[in-house]
Amino acid sequence: MATTVIPFGPQHPVLPEPVHLTLKVEDEIVKEAIPALGYVHRGLEKLAEIRDYHQMIQVCERVCGICSMIHAVCYSQAIEELMEVEVPKRAEMLRVIWSELHRTHSHLLWLGLFADAFGFESLFMQFWKVRERIMDINEATTGSRVIVSVNVIGGVRADLSPEQIRWILGEIDIVEKEVRALQDTIMNDYTVKARTVGVGVLSKENAYLLGAAGPTLRGSGVAQDMRMLGYGGYSELDFEPVVETSGDCWARSTVRFRETLQSIDLVRQAIAKLPEGELAAKVKGNPPEGEVYMRVEQPRGECVYYIKGNGTKHLDRLRIRTPTFANIPPLLAMLPGCELADVPVIVLAIDPCISCTER
Amino acid sequence: MFGSFIKKSRAKSPWIMHFDCGSCNGCDIEVLACLTPLYDVERFGIINVGNPKHADVLLVTGTVNHRNKKVLKNIYDQMPEPKAVIAIGACGNTGGVFRDAYNVVGGIDKVIPVDVYVPGCPAKPEAIIDGVVVGLGKFAQKVEEAE
Repeated sequence: MATTVIPFGPQHPVLPEPVHLTLKVEDEIVKEAIPALGYVHRGLEKLAEIRDYHQMIQVCERVCGICSMIHAVCYSQAIEELMEVEVPKRAEMLRVIWSELHRTHSHLLWLGLFADAFGFESLFMQFWKVRERIMDINEATTGSRVIVSVNVIGGVRADLSPEQIRWILGEIDIVEKEVRALQDTIMNDYTVKARTVGVGVLSKENAYLLGAAGPTLRGSGVAQDMRMLGYGGYSELDFEPVVETSGDCWARSTVRFRETLQSIDLVRQAIAKLPEGELAAKVKGNPPEGEVYMRVEQPRGECVYYIKGNGTKHLDRLRIRTPTFANIPPLLAMLPGCELADVPVIVLAIDPCISCTER
Repeated sequence: MFGSFIKKSRAKSPWIMHFDCGSCNGCDIEVLACLTPLYDVERFGIINVGNPKHADVLLVTGTVNHRNKKVLKNIYDQMPEPKAVIAIGACGNTGGVFRDAYNVVGGIDKVIPVDVYVPGCPAKPEAIIDGVVVGLGKFAQKVEEAE
């Protein structure tokens, strides 16, 4: 059988971002996939040498617009640990609220894009319609829809008033109702199942050995969620990692769907346990010499920040390891053997965030 | 008669294409949000297409870097004349927060001519729709001049 080479990307209708896969195809069956990255590389880790450690929050938020809040939380927590700053309890809980709102909007966004990848455009519109309520909450509480920019070293810069909290609780009730109305379609619909069940299977062993992260890992049956480490306010909240065992695209979308509902519940819990107090601790001086690793759970999986301070206002090194980068080897293991028409579905199933990956 | 029909429908129902040129995703999801029920640019006759050969208007988000500048130029060259380019967000306009990074060339206008600049980091859907409407005015003018 002759091999045909088909380029997938960098500009492709199903991908919001440029990534290139060279697909070697026999008939309609993919035999090998070779990735090419670097279309979004900006080199922002090195900006830590030009911008001071306060300004780097704004840069870290723009590693990825979709999960910007969680990147900023990770960076701030790393600096706070290095400088031994005590973050007020209220600030920690507020960070949880905005982080979980970000996770909700990221998962709803992905569920929509995923529906679009297998051609279910009305479902895409439905999920994005629901998502707009979360964006309204972001805009009303922080002034910005996507990059909320509420973190400062030592806490947060915005507060939630009692009226805002009442309004948010009402809004997320509506969001939950509207998301639940779509549950039957994304999980049980015949056409959706025909495109997702048994497609792009990743076994539990492979998921672990290849270092998958986030919903890709949990969809294969490994219960690993960095929020269980109890960083920030998560130690006071009650939740379990969401796990599915079939390891196919259906499992990954189901994990994300259930996590959306879990995040809405976490927002409620965090609001119920929101303590009174200061918004931010005073931070003086520069980060001392030393190094810190910080791990948080992004919508796409585990995100690791490594920082090395040298006593000046600039950092010696900032290293970011993002979940999509960890999920590319599992993706390459899923693709061989699949049909060419399933490639967009499988690629989207890992929720690729290329701007995270390449920074 | 056929010529005037094409001229009218080109400006009345422009097909747009979106290219992410090294953006942080913030502007991209706002561009997509424009197509969804709340903002719904399809009511202006705008359709999002994936093929540059079908497109009249190119929306570009993000900074240009040394690797994707060839891709951007290639996509621009594939679009048929007349065409309009809209640069979205601080990065697309000037390089934004990344302008000092080593792999960043700068704004979109370093590589291809830009007709409309939409500010914001990320640009709000309202701003993007406004930019597209202004871009359509310029596009209609170009259609006129091409006659």
